[in-house]
Amino acid sequence: MSRFIAGRLFESLVVLLVMSFVIYGLIGLMPGDPIDEMIAANPRLTSDDIQRLKALYGLDKPLLERYGNWLAAALQGDFGFSRIHARPATEVLMPRLVNTLILMGAATALALLIALPLGIMAAWKPNSAFDYGVNLFCFAGISVPPFWLALLAIILFSVKLGWLPAGGMATVGDGIAGAGGFTDRLRHMILPVGTLALLTAGGFIRFIRASMIQVLRQDFIRTARAKGVGPARVLFGHALRNAVLPFITVLALSFGSLFSGALITETMFSWLGVGKMIFDSVLGNDFNLALVGLLFATLMTLLGNIIADVAYAWVDPRIADTPERARP
Amino acid sequence: MNAPAALFALESPARRMWRRFLRHKLAVASAAFLIVLAVVAWAAPMSERLLGFDAERVDLLARMAPPSLAHPLGTDELGRDLFLRLSYGGQVSMAVALAAALGSAVIGTLFGLLAGYFGGRLDSLLMRLTDGVISLPLLPLLIVLAAIDLEKLGFSAEQAASENVALYRIVVIIALVGWTTVARLVRAETLALKNREFVRAAVALGGSSARIIIRHILPNAISPIIVATTLSVGNIILLESILSFLGMGIQPPIASWGNMLTNAQDLIWTAPALAFWPGMLIFATVIAFNFLGDGLQDALDPRALN
Repeated sequence: MSRFIAGRLFESLVVLLVMSFVIYGLIGLMPGDPIDEMIAANPRLTSDDIQRLKALYGLDKPLLERYGNWLAAALQGDFGFSRIHARPATEVLMPRLVNTLILMGAATALALLIALPLGIMAAWKPNSAFDYGVNLFCFAGISVPPFWLALLAIILFSVKLGWLPAGGMATVGDGIAGAGGFTDRLRHMILPVGTLALLTAGGFIRFIRASMIQVLRQDFIRTARAKGVGPARVLFGHALRNAVLPFITVLALSFGSLFSGALITETMFSWLGVGKMIFDSVLGNDFNLALVGLLFATLMTLLGNIIADVAYAWVDPRIADTPERARP
Repeated sequence: MNAPAALFALESPARRMWRRFLRHKLAVASAAFLIVLAVVAWAAPMSERLLGFDAERVDLLARMAPPSLAHPLGTDELGRDLFLRLSYGGQVSMAVALAAALGSAVIGTLFGLLAGYFGGRLDSLLMRLTDGVISLPLLPLLIVLAAIDLEKLGFSAEQAASENVALYRIVVIIALVGWTTVARLVRAETLALKNREFVRAAVALGGSSARIIIRHILPNAISPIIVATTLSVGNIILLESILSFLGMGIQPPIASWGNMLTNAQDLIWTAPALAFWPGMLIFATVIAFNFLGDGLQDALDPRALN
């Protein structure tokens, strides 16, 4: 098992390295370069100055050499300065990372609260009217444009009803009662978390339902029912455990799409997370910040994948002992 | 075997598929909806003649007007007719999605066939690549890809600034990330087909790999390709609308359902109704493609009996 984990870690490191090069190359292809920004700020720069500046920052060197220099600095924790925030990029990133993890964690928890009961109940009576309704809800959840769902939520709860704030992390201003307090922050969380949870729940329900139906067909369930065990115990005592185990991997693997959803939710609700940071830094030509944001998003996804693989191997020990090529 | 079962056994495969498809009411309704939508969208020039003005006519005296005889769905913040703009936006959104879905189907099919048929190292490499792309946070990457300066890639300034380049760009970048589902399904199908008797017979008769893949495996793997491609159209419409909404996709003055909503967020306090139609159409089209894919899966998958 530990060999299996070590192998997966090593593999992910290689992927991360490759991705860091790809991302570095892509960011280099974005319009403008840091020197252009300086020229815009100071039109009196001569072409000699520009050449000197390029040499100073190493921008005249070939891509591989620049990447090597960047990597050497990055490995020592130096990811450069953010242009927009005028602070080290990692310093900007860290609080954003916390905010994104709060948003994604809360949304996943809420999505599970919605998906588990609905998925289980739909599986208990497949093809019933209830199952049909749940199925429609799932299709709606995976088909709705995320930004539009956020817009509708804002229109309904902020514009029409006036119940909840339309965005931000907390009420701004010292004079307003309760501004920045715990309940105030909580109120700001409801719409973004609810939106992201609704977007996520559909896929979860479909998986739980399918996996429950499969489990409910098995012999040990029939045995339990034949012994006279009640429906609640069969569902939650016998079936759920077996159905939920494969779901752990789905949960960990959904990290990438959850992050994409978080990017939109954060942008729509001005939630100061990594997703919004990446989007703003791409728009604002903040190369270092975009780079570090994308790298951390990739790193988190890769970690999610490792957790998924390890969880799967833990549930089914045969996996870790099977050579790669023989796996389905 | 009772009588009806014997009758069905004589039914041609195409008829059986058709019958199965018709049983999926939502898929049939979705197909009808999509056809109507496409007809209305591509009839936009006729609607323009009927209404007496074109989609780009700005009328600042009739901004954000409610629906009326002159403007069936009202007007937007510049007084442009919403119905006509939605029609043209629909052409763009649907054409882009179909092109990107076809592109990703081609890439995915190629990868899946190669990985499944040749196996070994090539298979490991291609499937690792597939897993890698699936697990990446796609949206941030798409945003960076959409922001790339084409001049730095060697295109001329004129090409990079042309209006249509945003259309081609979005088709290409979505196809570049959207091929994974098709690749996995085709690989699985190829693995299964590779060991079937008719393929082995073809190998024994000395058929070349290329011939076996194209003549024997591809035609038998077409069902999952069709289903996965249909399902991916919905996803691609969503991705395109997200990118266009964020200002990174299709650029005005070309209308797309996504970029018609870009201004909606600033206007929710004054004109919340403007946010309704473009989003509703994206939603309805995506869900219709998903239902259609679901229905095709029921119809084309011979294992899914009843």
